[in-house]
Amino acid sequence: MSDLAAARVQMGMSLAFHIVFAVVGIAMPVLMVVAERRWRRSGDPIHLDLAKRWARGTAILFAVGAVSGTVLSFELGLLWPEFMRFAGAIIGMPFSLEGFAFFTEAIFLGIYLYGWERVSARAHQLAGVMVAVSGALSGVFVVIANAWMNAPTGFDLAGGQPTNVRPLAAMANAAALPQVLHMTLAAYAATGFAVAGIHAWLILRGRRAPFHRHALAIALLVGAPAAILQPLSGHLAAAHVARHQPGKLAAMEALFETRAGAPVTLGGWPDASARRTRFGLEVPYVLSLLAFDDPRAVVRGLDTVPRDEWPSLPAVHLSFQLMVACGTYMALVGLWAAWLARKKVDLSARRRFLWSLVVGAPLGFVAIEAGWMVTELGRQPWVIYGVLRTADAVTPMPGQMWRTGVFALIYVFLAVVVTVLLSRQIVRSPMHTGEYKAP
Amino acid sequence: MSLADAVAGTLVVALNAYVLSGGADFGGGVWDLVASGPRKRAQRDLVAQAIGPVWEANHVWLILAVVLLFTGFPPAFARLAVALNLPLTGALVGIVLRGSAFAFRGYGGDRDAVQRRWGRLFAVASLITPVLLGVAVGAVASGAVGDEGRGTGDGFVTNYVATWLAPFPLAVGLFTLCCFAFLAAVYLTLEAPEGALREDFRRRALLAGVAVGVAAGLALIVAGPGAPLVRGGLVGSDWALPFQLGTGIVAVGALGALWTRRYRLARAAAAAQVSLILWGWAGSQYPYLVPPDLAIADAAAPAVTLRLVLIALGLGAAVLVPSLVYLFRIFKGGRQASAVSHQ
Ligand code: HDD
Ligand code: HEM
Ligand code: HEM
Repeated sequence: MSDLAAARVQMGMSLAFHIVFAVVGIAMPVLMVVAERRWRRSGDPIHLDLAKRWARGTAILFAVGAVSGTVLSFELGLLWPEFMRFAGAIIGMPFSLEGFAFFTEAIFLGIYLYGWERVSARAHQLAGVMVAVSGALSGVFVVIANAWMNAPTGFDLAGGQPTNVRPLAAMANAAALPQVLHMTLAAYAATGFAVAGIHAWLILRGRRAPFHRHALAIALLVGAPAAILQPLSGHLAAAHVARHQPGKLAAMEALFETRAGAPVTLGGWPDASARRTRFGLEVPYVLSLLAFDDPRAVVRGLDTVPRDEWPSLPAVHLSFQLMVACGTYMALVGLWAAWLARKKVDLSARRRFLWSLVVGAPLGFVAIEAGWMVTELGRQPWVIYGVLRTADAVTPMPGQMWRTGVFALIYVFLAVVVTVLLSRQIVRSPMHTGEYKAP
Repeated sequence: MSLADAVAGTLVVALNAYVLSGGADFGGGVWDLVASGPRKRAQRDLVAQAIGPVWEANHVWLILAVVLLFTGFPPAFARLAVALNLPLTGALVGIVLRGSAFAFRGYGGDRDAVQRRWGRLFAVASLITPVLLGVAVGAVASGAVGDEGRGTGDGFVTNYVATWLAPFPLAVGLFTLCCFAFLAAVYLTLEAPEGALREDFRRRALLAGVAVGVAAGLALIVAGPGAPLVRGGLVGSDWALPFQLGTGIVAVGALGALWTRRYRLARAAAAAQVSLILWGWAGSQYPYLVPPDLAIADAAAPAVTLRLVLIALGLGAAVLVPSLVYLFRIFKGGRQASAVSHQ
């Protein structure tokens, strides 16, 4: 593996790892706050138990999120010093703001996790709200930085170097709004569905305790609306890509030729050397309609992009399909949940619905990983789209593979430990329908 | 003072805060590692209780410093990230293992074997990370990171190893570890309940205080050939004498206060001592960010960026400072830590 490839693998691996914990860090506080609020409203100890158990599980994830995020801050320089030399002054701003969001989050997280007996009820609830808000803001700011890499603005180029830097204009880049919207919804949808799926499974395994019923309701309250909105925000994201990154859109859709009334290709294996997509199912006009709101619009294909600027086609195309498939499924289940809730049926008695939640549990996270592969692999060979090539940004230090290997081992180790600890936590959750005993 | 100087000053403030808070958390790990005697378990529990609610917040100071560096001084960040790639990577591995082992220990169940395993990892990582961070600082101060930045010279060792694997950076690494351990022990005297446990940490603090002095002497000796600029600043400049006097007074004051069991005073003096040393390093290499050739003004981002960063810092501080005060009031309000249940 070349040093560049190894550096890319390390960056991708670190981000793919971090995002899982970041997403939980954004959405779990909302679930906990809702549970705590219901407890304060109703005095029902089950809701308190729920908030505490969720907090306990989440604490591990927060810690791993914090350390894996620290790795990323350093890796921006350790792996991509030339990128940071170029971009630091331009997009340092959202990172600085993110720093403050982290601070607020970490401070109030400490109060939330360790302060149950030490601060007033109101203050505790408020601390939870602060964690939820600052968690979401951390995500917003870092995604703004990433959006700038897709839609760089806020500087002029002179001899390959940025001049006339305008950090606020850089933050207000064209990709920022669609990406922020889509990512934030993704966090709530994925976490809500994961939690709902876990509790649905426990109910199916015979744990009919009200504990799980309440948990299911709260998880769906957060997850279902987000999942229903997600295809819409994805549509906004796609519309942006179609206008600003035609090469990425063509790769996502495996569209080799520029054409009017362009089709969406379901499945299929894009063959770059033959310049055609095998085994795909074409649905005519749909792509033009989705991308430009007009079934006859012309969509630029890969033929408008120099061959050496094509990203990896199968990876981008299939990741995109995977994300959309997951998103469609989740939106449908979300609608089903909304319909059942309107009819006021007891969700925990609907076995088929519960099974659909179990199936949906991992899909939000799958969609997130796939979506980021689309965004990041689809941007290649550029690290700053159209401005700086990834190959020119990488560290000159040789022997990159060794470090990538070390970090791979660490991530595997952490993933295994976290999985074991969390599953133990889940197995210990309340069993019975009977008498409820507060812990 | 220019805008760039102001941002560089803030960077040192963030580092200072990190050393006093996050640094002491690492020091706590050291005392976990060498916990001994009949109160071994109690010592470890005290460390865990003291760190638990605050380590994530304390840790953000380091992130803030990194972010300030790459936003305010992108070429300096790029250069350090290349030349000090290995020690920084090592420190990262330590940070990851320390933080996650600490969380796993807290939530992994009470079985002794589990506790010991995670505790060991937590403690060893707490030992290695400060040394490597100190080595990185020492390498910068020594001037070896200077021209090398781009890695165009000859050979892996010259570019990526010789920059930091030298007596002076290593001495600074050792010194950093001693400082962190000293701070932690002093703070822990205030966290401990009256009695034997407090005495344990008083003795440790006194020992560590002496170790800080020895390590400082060692660093100063090897600074002669190893880091002439810093040595020149610390010995030769016109603020050298008052600076040395001040540091000496608080250092002796910290030990004296510990000796006479005036722990609050000891804490203030220890914090002042370590802060003074940090500012002494910063002052000695001013106006260079990466001596001997990359000055603050040369590495600085455009003025708009610096101005915006300072504005953001001001606004952020308005939220942050009261929140931090609140956090520490809740968990460090001078009350006995033994009342905390480790939840
Ligand atoms: C729960 C997760 C989730 C779900 C259900 C979906 N997505 Fe997504 N998608 C993401 C999670 C995600 C993401 C991981 O969060 C990405 C990566 C970058 C970003 O901003 O969001 C993303 C990126 C992303 C992009 C690329 C943006 C860019 O490169 O700038 C497009 C075009 C879409 N999505 C479109 C969709 C569509 C049409 C969906 C319809 C069902 C969909 N997504 C469902
Ligand atoms: C957490 C979700 C994210 C995931 C899963 C992700 C995934 C990836 C992957 C797979 C790569 C390697 C691509 C390749 O080289 O082929 C990559 C590269 C990179 N990403 Fe992301 N990314 C995420 C978010 C971000 C954000 C928010 C930023 C910055 C603000 C960012 C900055 C970078 C940089 C600088 C590179 C290296 C240069 C490059 O390969 O283009 N990423 N990411
Ligand atoms: C290059 C990309 C990224 C960098 C450099 C980065 C950096 C960091 C750092 C340093 C932390 C630790 C803060 C602490 O100590 O508390 C962190 C945590 C966090 N990050 Fe990232 N991050 C990146 C990508 C992302 C993405 C894509 C998201 C989500 C959309 C995200 C959301 C969060 C959140 C919510 C936290 C809070 C801690 C947690 O919930 O576990 N980050 N990140």
